[in-house]
Amino acid sequence: VENVRLLDRLSSRKAVLGTLYLTATHVIFVENGSETRKETWVLHSQISSIEKQATTATGCPLLIRCKNFQVIQLVIPQERDCHDVYISLIRLARPVKYEELYCFSFNPKLDKEEREQGWKLVDLNEEYNRMGVPNNYWQICDVNRDYGVCDSYPTEVYVPKSATAHIIVGSSKFRSRRRFPALSYYCKDNNASICRSSQPLSGFSARCLEDEQMLQAIRKANPGSDFIYVVDTRPKLNAMANRAAGKGYENEDNYSNIKFQFIGIENIHVMRNSLQKMLEVCELKSPSMSDFLWGLENSGWLKHIKAIMDAGIFIAKAVAEEGVSVLVHCSDGWDRTAQVCSVASLLLDPYYRTMKGFMVLIEKDWVSFGHKFNHRYGNLDGDPKEISPVIDQFIECVWQLMEQFPCAFEFNERFLIHIQHHIYSCQFGNFLCNSQKERRELKIQERTYSLWAHLWKNRADYLNPLYRSDHSQNQGTLHPQIAPCNFLYKFWSGMYNRFEKGLHPRQSITDYLMAVKEETQQLEEELEVLGERLANLQKSQLGDNKVKSKQQDQSKQLRLSTSNNSLANTPQEYSNDLKSFPSWSPSQGDEEDSALILTQDNLKSSDPDLSANSDQESGVEDLSCRSPSGGGCLPSEDSGKDSDEAIFLAG
Amino acid sequence: MLRSSQPLTGPNRKRCREDETLLGTILDEGERGFIIDTRSAQAAKQARMTGGGTEPKSSYPQWRRLHRPLERGRPLQESFAKLVEACSDPSLSMDRWLGRLESSRWLSHVKAALSTACLAAQCMDREEAKVLVHGAEGTDTTLLVTALAQVILDPSCRTLAGFQGLLEREWIQAGHPFHLRCAHSAYSHARLKQEAPLFLLFLDCVWQLSRQFPFSLEFGEQLLLSLFDNAYASAYGTFLCNNEKERSLCKVKESTHSLWAWLNRPEEQQKLLNPLYSHNALVIWPSVEPQSIQLWQGLFLRWIRPSQHLDEAWAEIQRLVEEN
Repeated sequence: VENVRLLDRLSSRKAVLGTLYLTATHVIFVENGSETRKETWVLHSQISSIEKQATTATGCPLLIRCKNFQVIQLVIPQERDCHDVYISLIRLARPVKYEELYCFSFNPKLDKEEREQGWKLVDLNEEYNRMGVPNNYWQICDVNRDYGVCDSYPTEVYVPKSATAHIIVGSSKFRSRRRFPALSYYCKDNNASICRSSQPLSGFSARCLEDEQMLQAIRKANPGSDFIYVVDTRPKLNAMANRAAGKGYENEDNYSNIKFQFIGIENIHVMRNSLQKMLEVCELKSPSMSDFLWGLENSGWLKHIKAIMDAGIFIAKAVAEEGVSVLVHCSDGWDRTAQVCSVASLLLDPYYRTMKGFMVLIEKDWVSFGHKFNHRYGNLDGDPKEISPVIDQFIECVWQLMEQFPCAFEFNERFLIHIQHHIYSCQFGNFLCNSQKERRELKIQERTYSLWAHLWKNRADYLNPLYRSDHSQNQGTLHPQIAPCNFLYKFWSGMYNRFEKGLHPRQSITDYLMAVKEETQQLEEELEVLGERLANLQKSQLGDNKVKSKQQDQSKQLRLSTSNNSLANTPQEYSNDLKSFPSWSPSQGDEEDSALILTQDNLKSSDPDLSANSDQESGVEDLSCRSPSGGGCLPSEDSGKDSDEAIFLAG
Repeated sequence: MLRSSQPLTGPNRKRCREDETLLGTILDEGERGFIIDTRSAQAAKQARMTGGGTEPKSSYPQWRRLHRPLERGRPLQESFAKLVEACSDPSLSMDRWLGRLESSRWLSHVKAALSTACLAAQCMDREEAKVLVHGAEGTDTTLLVTALAQVILDPSCRTLAGFQGLLEREWIQAGHPFHLRCAHSAYSHARLKQEAPLFLLFLDCVWQLSRQFPFSLEFGEQLLLSLFDNAYASAYGTFLCNNEKERSLCKVKESTHSLWAWLNRPEEQQKLLNPLYSHNALVIWPSVEPQSIQLWQGLFLRWIRPSQHLDEAWAEIQRLVEEN
């Protein structure tokens, strides 16, 4: 569709004219400018909702909201075209079969072996071994090898040595969805562990010997403590209500040596609404400070984040300081349980704060333990009531921790944002379906690629320059301040206002410091080389040796000019009064700045978030234009290079 | 950019030829200027009843007046006190923290101050027009705007030396009544009539700029905290009294030491410099969206939040830069 306008949310003046394309996998908007032809690509899988707004004199507005919080406002001149686009997008954004998803057509031009290697990058067996199991207290259990006991669990889980197959099967019958207690994290220093399950089907008075034995087995696997905590992450009221449905929670009277604890985290519906409200605040045009803060408070979002964090802190403390094992569950043990177990693990073990470790953590507690990615993030068209930002909340908890402990994580904010992006993008196969069983049935690993390999390949973009494994923040457990601490929770504009560049600090400290580090390293290497050469020269005492040592060793001198401020930033609209004035400044003011952002060099690494993978997919032969950088080496959105970095590394 | 106090138009719309001539000569033939009045249109109008007022359009035809009300005086002090209270309230649940933060209105004041300073800067830089800033007295919100606008516009004001010069010029010598304004700070129950944290508001705005442009200011948060401390209680005479006349009468220069002399000693300077600084010759335009304006934790939570990990991070940054 031609002559479509793309509006800017913050500055209604900045509307761009261009052409809209719909392909099998993307919506693409290409600007009309002769030089620049900036492209905005949106994956269908990212589309969360499409809103057709009232036709105005200028055309028919269409609002596309994405799961990665990008909001695209288009104005299509003809009503009929707008309607067609609308209908098409509705269909395209709601795939019915898995095969429709992008990951099945995405082609990064790797061979079969590379694809396989990619999937092997994260190996959970290795991880459990690293933790220290199997050992005298824990063993691997294959009772579920054909998913016969619990179809949302993986084929292999770890259970206490004293838990026989009989106990496990018996316990699984007493747990919602058959999700029996299994090991999530083992602390080899003190044998304390974090186990996870779903709620017991205890109703008001039902008991199950095997389930009680299961919990005893967990206790016995930790000789250092004579009790375990059982943490129910639901609000007490909800848990009690579940009893009427024949479910519920563990009665301390029936289970010997447990200390039961509620930690009220709200359910998926509350969280869905909370996010909705917060996004509404983000969409306000020119909000006052008051609108923003009240809106944020009313959404309750940060309160929920804090609740998850508090739960993780409680469990980490129990394990690290008290040396007591914890069994965590919620209702079905695949949402709040996953959040809380992974936060606790992150606090406890510095390994999970490394890039590789974080991937492992997500594979373990989210992917292998059957978090329902398809239902929660809408891979396929499904029940809207199942949609909920569960993993988004976990990712935000990580970010909040990164802000409190800037030296403690090997990866940076961009890493988190890109992971979130790809949970929704369905470009890779890691986050499809609802369980390991479903993924194996679909042969995901043979037909799609692994996100982890992709991120790992680009890991230089995801490093945190302040991280040092020998830093004090990285020895052992992290201890976030418990109280007072409300102020420690900040609004994550890097995620929720991700695409509004004007909002963020114009200069990235992370990128600058990474460049500094790289340069230091290069200089050190150069120094070494020169030192050797000097030593050699001194050895050879021949005077008439014309030493042509004047070559530039490495001309990849990174000139760290953070102040190569040809990238002038533009003022936002501070006042309505000025608009009515004839502007006497050279009117190239604004255009000049935006043109700077879109120069050829910058486009190579231009806002990758918006020009996703234009070259790397196979399904776009019919596209009449190509990504400006052309060829197969355009960094995808995951390269994380944004326009500022191009400046910093201008050599 | 010029600053003054309000014209004494009064209820009878008095005129003053000399004033009109003065403002007339500033502008070239056909050129237009802006007057940024830091009072609301209504407040400015009401000021006429007590002898003050605004510049009537007819007498100052080349000037266009814009009103940007900025809070000062008692309400601003209340705002400050409320914020400090909210920060140190241990019983405050997450449910209510943002609401309390909001009802102190402090961040709204920061937003308004930044917006107005940006407006002044925009007039000069984008419209290439001259700007006159005044409120009522010309000693509070006026100085806030002019000083902040210069930090935004002028790279030399962002250097350590330049910033000190700016403070000397736009706050101290311009006659901001420090003695009256910075008497007791936030915890005191005595609500003095003349007390108001304008200078703190200015420092907060500068901090917001440093957060949005981490490479563009030669100094760091430490300097701003130090200035805050010294404005209220100091071993040095720099912030004493209310104006140059009083300082002269009290023989401040003869009997006290200058804060600048202390801060500029090499050992002290080291602590104040921003390791990320790199001269930025351009104008820095901050975002004044609510998401971009944050609570200055380093000041308001200085004694409440653990700073260890953040200090370590800064030490790491310093180390990385120095190694290079």
